[in-house]
Amino acid sequence: MKREMDMSALGAAAGKPHDAGPVVLHADRVGKTYPNGTHALDTATLSIRQGEFVSLLGPSGCGKSTLLKMFAGLESPSGGRIGWCDEQGRESAEPGRSMAMVFQEATLMPWARVAANARLPLDLAGVPRGEGDRRVAEALSLVGLDQFANAYPRELSGGMQMRASIARALATEPGVLLMDEPFGALDEFTRNRLDADLQNLWKARGFTVVFVTHSIYEAVFLSSRVIVMAARPGRVIADVPIDGPAERDESFRVSAPFIEYCRVLSDHLARANRGER
Amino acid sequence: MLKRVIDSRAARFLAPAVLGVLILVAWQVVCRTLSVPAYLVPAPTDIADTLAADGPMLMSALLVTLKITFLAFGLSVLLGVGAAFVFVQSRLLEVSLFPYAIILQVTPIVAIAPLIIIWVKAPVPAMVICATMVAVFPIISNTILGLRSVNPGLVNLFKLNKATRWQTLARLRVPSALPYFFGGLRISSGLALIGAVVAEFVAGTGGTSSGLAYQILQAGFQLNIPRLFAALFLITVTGVLLFMAMAWLSKLALGGWHESEMAH
Repeated sequence: MKREMDMSALGAAAGKPHDAGPVVLHADRVGKTYPNGTHALDTATLSIRQGEFVSLLGPSGCGKSTLLKMFAGLESPSGGRIGWCDEQGRESAEPGRSMAMVFQEATLMPWARVAANARLPLDLAGVPRGEGDRRVAEALSLVGLDQFANAYPRELSGGMQMRASIARALATEPGVLLMDEPFGALDEFTRNRLDADLQNLWKARGFTVVFVTHSIYEAVFLSSRVIVMAARPGRVIADVPIDGPAERDESFRVSAPFIEYCRVLSDHLARANRGER
Repeated sequence: MLKRVIDSRAARFLAPAVLGVLILVAWQVVCRTLSVPAYLVPAPTDIADTLAADGPMLMSALLVTLKITFLAFGLSVLLGVGAAFVFVQSRLLEVSLFPYAIILQVTPIVAIAPLIIIWVKAPVPAMVICATMVAVFPIISNTILGLRSVNPGLVNLFKLNKATRWQTLARLRVPSALPYFFGGLRISSGLALIGAVVAEFVAGTGGTSSGLAYQILQAGFQLNIPRLFAALFLITVTGVLLFMAMAWLSKLALGGWHESEMAH
C-alpha cells in the first residue's frame, strides 16, 4: 500500500523542531492490547522526522518498548496504524530494509566471532562477502572494536558486547536506528561514554534515532526531542524539543539549560504519577 | 601444593587410573588369600592370562560387535537428526509421531529383538535395527530440544532482518542446537553398543553368532568365567573409548564458545 503523503501537514501537527527533515516514521492513534488482556499502549500519535534523535522516556509499563517494537515491525498494533516512509516520501505499510535495531541485551551469536556477528544482517540480505567485510571493518572501527574483530563474544565485557551490537546495526548503513534501552544494563561510566560516542556517531552520520530510555539525564543529553510517556494505561503525555548546543560534552550535563529540561521532564512524569494527566 | 596437583590436567587421567589399580590389587589379594575358585570370581591375573591366550578370537569378536555398533550409531544419527528437523518444522507431524517415538524408546529391546530377527532374516541388518531402536531416541529428543532452545532475542533479530526460514534454520537453530546434539551423541554412542550386545544376547543362535555377546554366552555355558570377564572387560573399554571420542568431537565443535567446554 503506497500513497503520497502531505509531509508538511504532518510536520505542523507534530510541532516542528529545528533541523526538520521529511517524516520517516509515524504512529496514528496506535494502541496495543495483548491476548492475555494486558493493555500496553493506549492511542498514541506521533511523527518522527529524518535526522532527529527522539527519546521515548517513561517508567516501566508506559508502552515505550512496545511502541518501538511496532516501529520495528516486530509487533503489530491492535488499533490504529504505523506508517514507514522512504526517502521519496512514499508511505508503505511494511517497514523498509533501512532500519536497524539495538536491544538491551547485546544479543550476539555466541558461536561466531565479533566480525561474523556484525556481518550477520548483511549476510542475511545477500550482500557479497567482500563488501560485507569492508562495511563491518568500518563499523567496528567506528565503535572502537577493530582490535577485537576475531574475539568471541564471551571474551568481551558488557560494554564491548554492546558496542559490537551497535556495530552490527551500523554495518547496514541504516536510515533509522531503533534502540531499546541499549545501555540500561551497563554501569554509569560506561553508559556516559557510550552516550557520548553515540552522539558523535549520530552527528557524523545523520541517521534518525529512536531511543527508548527511563533515564531523564540520558534523554536530555542525547536527544533533539523527548516524547514523555506514562503508564497505566501506556500513553504519550508530552513532546518536548530539546534546544541544546550543537556540541554536547560533559559540561552540558551540568549546565543550566540541561537542568531546566530535566526539571520539565521530571515534572511531566510526576504529574502523570499523581494522575493529573 | 596438593590442591595444585589435584587440579592439574594430568590428575584427570591419573586419579581414576590410580583408583583402578588399587581396586585391582585389592581384588587380586582377596582372591588369592581366600582361594576363591576361578569359576566364581577370577583374579585379575587370570583375566589377563585369558586375554592374552584368547586375544585374537576375542578381538575379532569385538570387531563384529563394533561394526554393528557403528552402523547402528550412524543410522541413529541420520534418522534422529532427520526426525528432529521434520518435527521442528511441522507441528502436526511432531504431535502425531512423537508419542510413537516414545513408545519405541520404552519398549524393552529384549522383548522385540526375537521378533525382528524372525522378520528380518539377515542377521546383521536385524542386529543393526535392534541397536538403532535403542540408540535413536536420545538424538531425536536432544536435537529437538536444541533446535527449540534458541535465544528469543536472536529470533527477533533474525525476524527483523527478514531472514528466510532456511536461513534461520541454518544460521540460528543448528548452531544453537549443537551443544544439545553432542549431549545426545554421548548418550547414544553407549546405547548403540549396549543395543548391539543385548540384541546378540537375545538372538542367541539366530544372531550373528560371532560378536562379543556370543562369546559371553558361550563362556557362560562352558563355565569359562575368566573368558567371560575378559569379554566384559573389552566391552567396558570400548564403551569408555566411545564416550571419550564423543567428548573429543564435542570439544572440537564447541570449544572456544560454549560454557560446557570452558576450563574450570
